[in-house]
Amino acid sequence: MATRREVIDDLRRQIERFGGAQGSRKSLPFGVSVLDRHLPGRGLTLGSLHEVIEEGPASEFAGTATFFTAGIAARLKGPVLWCLTRRDLFAPGLMQVGLHPDRVIYAETCRDADVLPLIEEGLHQKGLGAVVGEVSRLGLTASRRLQVAAEASGVPALVIRRWWTVAQKDLTKLPTAASTRWRVSPVPSEVVPAGGLRRSRWQVELVRCRGAEPRCWILEACDAQGRLALPANLADRQDQAQVR
Amino acid sequence: MTVIKQGSRRLVASACPAAQKVGLIEGMAVAKAQAMVPDLHIIDADPEGEHASLRQLAEWAIRFSPVVAPDPPDGIWIDIAGVEHLFGGEEMLFKKLIDRVENNGIHARAAIADVPGAAWAVARFGKGGIIPPGRAVDAVSTLPVQALRLTPETVSAMHRLGIERVGQLAAMPRAPMVRRFGREASLRLDQALGHAFEPITPIIPDEAVIASRAFAEPIGRLDDLKLVVQRLAEELCQTLEQRGEGVRRLDLIVRRVDQKGASLRVGTAKASRDHVHLAKLFDEKLEMVDPGFGIEEIVLIANRTEPLLEKQTVARGIEAEDDAVDLSQLVDRLTARIGEDRVYRLAPVQSLVPERMTRRVSPLSPPSGSTWPENLERPTRLLDPPESIMTTALLPDHPPVSFIWRRVRYKVMKADGPERITSEWWLGAEPKRIRDYYRLETAEGSRFWIFRDAPMTEGGRWWMHGFFA
Repeated sequence: MATRREVIDDLRRQIERFGGAQGSRKSLPFGVSVLDRHLPGRGLTLGSLHEVIEEGPASEFAGTATFFTAGIAARLKGPVLWCLTRRDLFAPGLMQVGLHPDRVIYAETCRDADVLPLIEEGLHQKGLGAVVGEVSRLGLTASRRLQVAAEASGVPALVIRRWWTVAQKDLTKLPTAASTRWRVSPVPSEVVPAGGLRRSRWQVELVRCRGAEPRCWILEACDAQGRLALPANLADRQDQAQVR
Repeated sequence: MTVIKQGSRRLVASACPAAQKVGLIEGMAVAKAQAMVPDLHIIDADPEGEHASLRQLAEWAIRFSPVVAPDPPDGIWIDIAGVEHLFGGEEMLFKKLIDRVENNGIHARAAIADVPGAAWAVARFGKGGIIPPGRAVDAVSTLPVQALRLTPETVSAMHRLGIERVGQLAAMPRAPMVRRFGREASLRLDQALGHAFEPITPIIPDEAVIASRAFAEPIGRLDDLKLVVQRLAEELCQTLEQRGEGVRRLDLIVRRVDQKGASLRVGTAKASRDHVHLAKLFDEKLEMVDPGFGIEEIVLIANRTEPLLEKQTVARGIEAEDDAVDLSQLVDRLTARIGEDRVYRLAPVQSLVPERMTRRVSPLSPPSGSTWPENLERPTRLLDPPESIMTTALLPDHPPVSFIWRRVRYKVMKADGPERITSEWWLGAEPKRIRDYYRLETAEGSRFWIFRDAPMTEGGRWWMHGFFA
């Protein structure tokens, strides 16, 4: 007569076989305690599809979203495949958050619809650090395919949503099968008495996550190694008057 | 000048351009030629040798397209359907072909057209060049009837009737023409105008490794095609293994029941013997092959191979190195989808001018090892070309306090700069450009990269160039 424990273990193994378990997959911690505590897996799950959208005045250029994504890719080990349609990416900017150009292979195509098969090809290659793709249209079926491919190889897929018309921007509101969806927007940074610019600050919003509630944080932008940080004044939990 | 013996007479077979300028032509008696030019250099013609070197030239031309056939005595057919994009278009392919042939000391003329007959005619009797699609009829009409590959008797029969140009022949009613000049004339006319199909049988170099399958029952389904390609790839790789080679360029030639064919070509970044990988490279392209009434034969040719030795990767007691991922197969698959020039890496260039800071390198090249200067604050996205903005600044060299971009006014809360970037003086010709870059943060927190293209005193204008956040 099997004990209850054995029955439960057996059931757990069966569920894992059907792909239900999250805990068995590796994840990349952000290094920010409030963020990692909130995410299932204590970090960004590898072997999964993640979406990043930007909001703000120049959001169609995705400057912030690119920094955010490049910071994640920089901290992963291995080459990075970057699939794009437009040539507006500036590699020295990526270097600033720790993603050296020698690590990135670019695959360029004219049409938006052709980017998804390229991402999928990258996801079939075990050993890549990450596959980054810039797409405007990402449907439920297409994202499900990418998610399955990512789970099979363990390579994370980071998709930056781009748009050039209002119609395309509305497409980004539609649901996808990504395991997390992030919305990044710039917020005013710390005021320094001497003038000048310090580290940028972003509002990083977890819009959707499998296994966690949506939440919003104010964080400092990626440093030279791609790490985010809590803003100093908020971390100390001191109530500072707005300095102008 | 080469000489051929015809019966008991010695005739000129071909003459070099200098000789032709003096007036020596084919078919002239050698004695007469020698009388005209005393110190003539005469070589005996060697038809077999010429045939062999023509075939050699045709095999050389396989690098341009999988389907190449020699057209004795002095021509080569090349079917460029489907490969012109690999060279950047028909003009580039044309220029490259002529340049390469002439670099080898061979004087050549070429023509590109929809149909082989028209190309033959224009290359030999016309000016050569590229005939736009659908314009074969116009291009060929003005050419003399010799351009139709007819026998000399037929040509003289046509001349007797006053038919000198192809256009006149085409205007004749068809039945009387066939009666007078024969069926072949009609066929050649149709072939030149594009109304009849003319197959080109590709040559296969003797030493190339091939695997082929002919079918008693023609096949047409995509799945069957893919299966056959997989089997052929496996067979080919076994042969390659025995020779110790790996393939760099693979051609697939498909022959249909109606003699029309298609050819596909894939390349690999590194020599490969992995038949699964090679078969997969053809997968997407096979979908574009139109089987028509059925496919009779499929030939897989490895026309560029390199030595590939076995490397022992796993052995008891020795751990395989897992630091470097083998990206060549990924690069091959990406290249097969989008083309070689669309897969690349960027290497740093020691320049501060933003448009010049990177250069493209091949995706599998070794790491550049170089990097840009540290602590450069640069945006991730550039606006190309930079867009004009209107600014309000308090003092000349200070950053603006507000600006208008795309009809929206932004208030600047914080700024950094100026960072002066000049175009490098050693690049010579263009006038030195000076840009003063500023990083601005607006009230909402967005950061922009703007520059002024000349000092304020010289009336510099402001431009938006990049986006940080």
